[in-house]
Amino acid sequence: MLDKNGIAKRIAKEVQDGFYVNLGIGIPTLVANYVRDDIEVEFQSENGVLGMGPFPFEGEEDADIINAGKQSITTLPGASFFDSALSFSMIRGKHVDLTILGAMEVAENGDIANWKIPGRMVKGMGGAMDLVASAENIIVAMMHTNKRGESKLLKACSLPLTGVGCVKRIVTNLAVLEVTDQGFKLLERAPGVSVETIKNATEGTLIIEGEIPEMDI
Amino acid sequence: MINKKVANVQDALKGVSDNMTFMFGGFGLSGIPENAIAQLVKLGVKGLTCISNNAGVDNFGLGLLLQKRQIKKMVSSYVGENDEFERQMLSGELDVELIPQGTLAERCRAAQAGFPAIYTPAGYGTEVAEGKETREFDGKMYVLEHAFKADFAFVKAWKGDAAGNLIFKGTARNFNPNMCGAAKITVAEVEEMVPLGELDPNQIHIPGIFVQRIFKGEVFEKRIEQRTVRPKIT
Repeated sequence: MLDKNGIAKRIAKEVQDGFYVNLGIGIPTLVANYVRDDIEVEFQSENGVLGMGPFPFEGEEDADIINAGKQSITTLPGASFFDSALSFSMIRGKHVDLTILGAMEVAENGDIANWKIPGRMVKGMGGAMDLVASAENIIVAMMHTNKRGESKLLKACSLPLTGVGCVKRIVTNLAVLEVTDQGFKLLERAPGVSVETIKNATEGTLIIEGEIPEMDI
Repeated sequence: MINKKVANVQDALKGVSDNMTFMFGGFGLSGIPENAIAQLVKLGVKGLTCISNNAGVDNFGLGLLLQKRQIKKMVSSYVGENDEFERQMLSGELDVELIPQGTLAERCRAAQAGFPAIYTPAGYGTEVAEGKETREFDGKMYVLEHAFKADFAFVKAWKGDAAGNLIFKGTARNFNPNMCGAAKITVAEVEEMVPLGELDPNQIHIPGIFVQRIFKGEVFEKRIEQRTVRPKIT
């Protein structure tokens, strides 16, 4: 079974040379730490920066340079700043190659819910609805089950949707899955996790074809 | 040169009154019009509708107006950092319209650019699109979203001049340029008011035509919401 850093490490393998990538808050943010350093990748943050670098050294943080998680950051040579409308032009206009975000629920048809629990938690969708409505390449990073042990990979989402039929790939602490017309197709198992465990943790239709390899991370 | 410069925040906010709709630039606490917010708290105007990506934190930014119950309705994309906000929202004291961040930006830009509405794919098939007109273009569904109508836009820039020209800094730019000229009156507060002619016309982000009033802010606290650092390697 993977921890959050393990999930990030596995997703980092999906990041290709020349990609512009938008990372959501939480596990997705960690992906930046594991991207191979022999490829060129630029990270976009929807609050208006392309070419994000690591966190600043203590004493060098700047209130005018933050990411979408409101964390102080730095920029790399070649970086640029822009306004929010232009930022979402990059996103809706499909100029960003890969979007990695977290989710509360994903359905077997690719629906995603990650912004609201009616009556309990309403933080808002931020840029997630714009991202999932347009991105061609969306990877969801999340735990396979919630805190109560219930599956987050469902036949249909129970929470208010963020987007419909948009998720292509999911990386959890247990598995890598692909969303297909028939349901969740199991591609890889996390180290030491059996197909049976994944089956039991998946409420939606799970397609298992042949031997399922263990992740190489 | 058409002079947009006013002496202080008091003059800059002349004409604000109860039940108006205001736009506020800023993302989190970065690039927020701190001086205008402080003055609105002083003036005590109530029943406000505020269009702003976030709602500040409990004791800063728009959180200050929330504490004084001056806000009737918030139009935002993300409001996760404010306990008082959550309390007022869940108790029904505060009306909240949550909309996708890109839609928020584009509804500002539409107002600035003279478009009555725009089509966006964001939110299609979700509760955000409920009751809204939808339309198919090239096999994909889009939602019709209307331009905002606001009385004042309060924005914050790094540098400006008496002509109202503005330059923003870093990610403090965010929604600020999109809100300039998107309301009946745009009020810009700047960290530095530079002499006319000092700003390179090639480098100006927002031309003064979009700004009605500009003043040098007295205080900019510029808080960092999530201070994250890495240790220095020695």
